[in-house]
Amino acid sequence: MVATLKSLDDLRKLREQVQGEITERFGGEVKIILGMGTCGIAAGAREVMTAILQELRSRNIQAAVTQTGCIGMCEREPLVDIIRPGEERITYGRVTPVDVKRLVAEHVVHGRVVEDLVVARFEE
Amino acid sequence: MEELSLHILDLAQNSISAGARCIGIEIEENLALDRFQMVIYDDGRGMSREFVARVLNPFTTTRTTRRVGLGLSLLEMAARQCNGGVEIDSEPGKGTRVRAVFMHSHWDRAPLGNIKSTIIAIISANPQLRLIYSHQVNERSFYLDTAEIITILGEEIPINHMAVLGWLEDYLSQGLAELYGGE
Repeated sequence: MVATLKSLDDLRKLREQVQGEITERFGGEVKIILGMGTCGIAAGAREVMTAILQELRSRNIQAAVTQTGCIGMCEREPLVDIIRPGEERITYGRVTPVDVKRLVAEHVVHGRVVEDLVVARFEE
Repeated sequence: MEELSLHILDLAQNSISAGARCIGIEIEENLALDRFQMVIYDDGRGMSREFVARVLNPFTTTRTTRRVGLGLSLLEMAARQCNGGVEIDSEPGKGTRVRAVFMHSHWDRAPLGNIKSTIIAIISANPQLRLIYSHQVNERSFYLDTAEIITILGEEIPINHMAVLGWLEDYLSQGLAELYGGE
């Protein structure tokens, strides 16, 4: 019980630290959408999401990470969509946690599409 | 699924699709009774009695992309293989409750696995959702209600802020270590 109280106090301190920050968003956040239907989960989508959250955290990037259901391309799961503000929606397939560093470094940060993982692209 | 926590993530996705504002995950591990039980409940749109009667059938699905929905069927098969089963209660407009029971020591029972990453995956992608996670292992228990966290954070800081997710990860790791510690 004492350990629990200590951790919630850590959260209160964190709140004070975070409140002082100014969040700058130049034209909007990057959107990252993961397929989380049964097919995606069975293929390893959760581990991909964990890797994405960790990579964003280590690079201090605030992106909007959300999920979607099955879109019908089950054999290409785990699927990850990356949409930079004002740019094409790119769908990556058969993504593994190992690919995440590259996807974030290349596409999220520099807007360079990682061609070998692409399965679909759409103009927004 | 390789881990029971992946079934939990799958059921939570069903709840989210059903428009749930609140999802509860209750895990009870009782070694004396040799029982592993997990309950996932929500306040989503629910299912009719007629639909519930056939929902465990893989060809019964609300999906439009395919004519097969495997989530509940896989869970039911997994539980049955461990001398257990799945029970579903639902009421249209009220919500749904799925209970899966397994013989804890059964050779075929998949491990719970990484429940922490399941919890974080749900919270990070659904910051408006209230998630209540309760986990009991014999006499020990752990409890997390995102409503309490949101109260502490206030309105300006979302629960899926990077720093908050980092704290949450540590908090869950600590809680789970205490839960299983000394076993």
